[in-house]
Amino acid sequence: MPDLPGGPGGAGAGRPGRVLALWFAPGRIGEEGDTPDYRFSLANERTFLAWIRTALALVGGGFAVDQFLPHLDGRVRAALAVALLAVGALASLRAVNHWVRCERAMRRGEDLPGSRFPAALSLVVGLLALCMLVVVLLGRGG
Amino acid sequence: MTTSSPGDPPADERRDPGLQPERTRLAWRRTTLACTVAAILAVRQAVHDGAAPGGLAAVALGALVWLAFLAVAHRRTTQLAAARPPRMSEGAARTAAVCAVCLAALGAALLL
Repeated sequence: MPDLPGGPGGAGAGRPGRVLALWFAPGRIGEEGDTPDYRFSLANERTFLAWIRTALALVGGGFAVDQFLPHLDGRVRAALAVALLAVGALASLRAVNHWVRCERAMRRGEDLPGSRFPAALSLVVGLLALCMLVVVLLGRGG
Repeated sequence: MTTSSPGDPPADERRDPGLQPERTRLAWRRTTLACTVAAILAVRQAVHDGAAPGGLAAVALGALVWLAFLAVAHRRTTQLAAARPPRMSEGAARTAAVCAVCLAALGAALLL
């Protein structure tokens, strides 16, 4: 999902390649800027964990759709379940990405990065819920 | 309460009155619980079709993912016992996210 360009960052601050490089090089965040108050880092960590829980709930929802709606048409059920699983996987990857970006912004004293992901996720989840409602109601009526 | 008496520990050792480490530890515990539920649903999905070899492999993978998450959470909660805990390592963040992705991939493989 596209994140808004974060703050008045230095050269290449928001480039995905650099963020990706930070994922695979543990300790690289620690080399930049100043260490923030540990309480801010812990708050960032809790936000990350809340996003991971959201992702796990979406993945669990994907399993639940397949297991607890046995009267649904097989293809529709699989499509809804796979959509929820995919959104869950995306949300967990984005959680790491956003955590790294926030941690780095705090170390550099920049503004925290904005993000379009929460709005996009709520739209997608709302749409999936609507689809499921329609499918379940049609299944009951037909 | 803000004045320090000679018996008080030095400023670095004093605990945060906002209980941030404790709140973070509870957040890890909640997340572990969420991971447990997702892993149980994944295993339920895997054994649904009987004890096929593929299903057994999926059960093993689900258990492995759950154990990996448990290990990360345990390590981090141990670190959080300090008065001034260090920040979460990138490895811990990545492992937690990879666990969620693995469960999702496992589910997709079982469904398709």
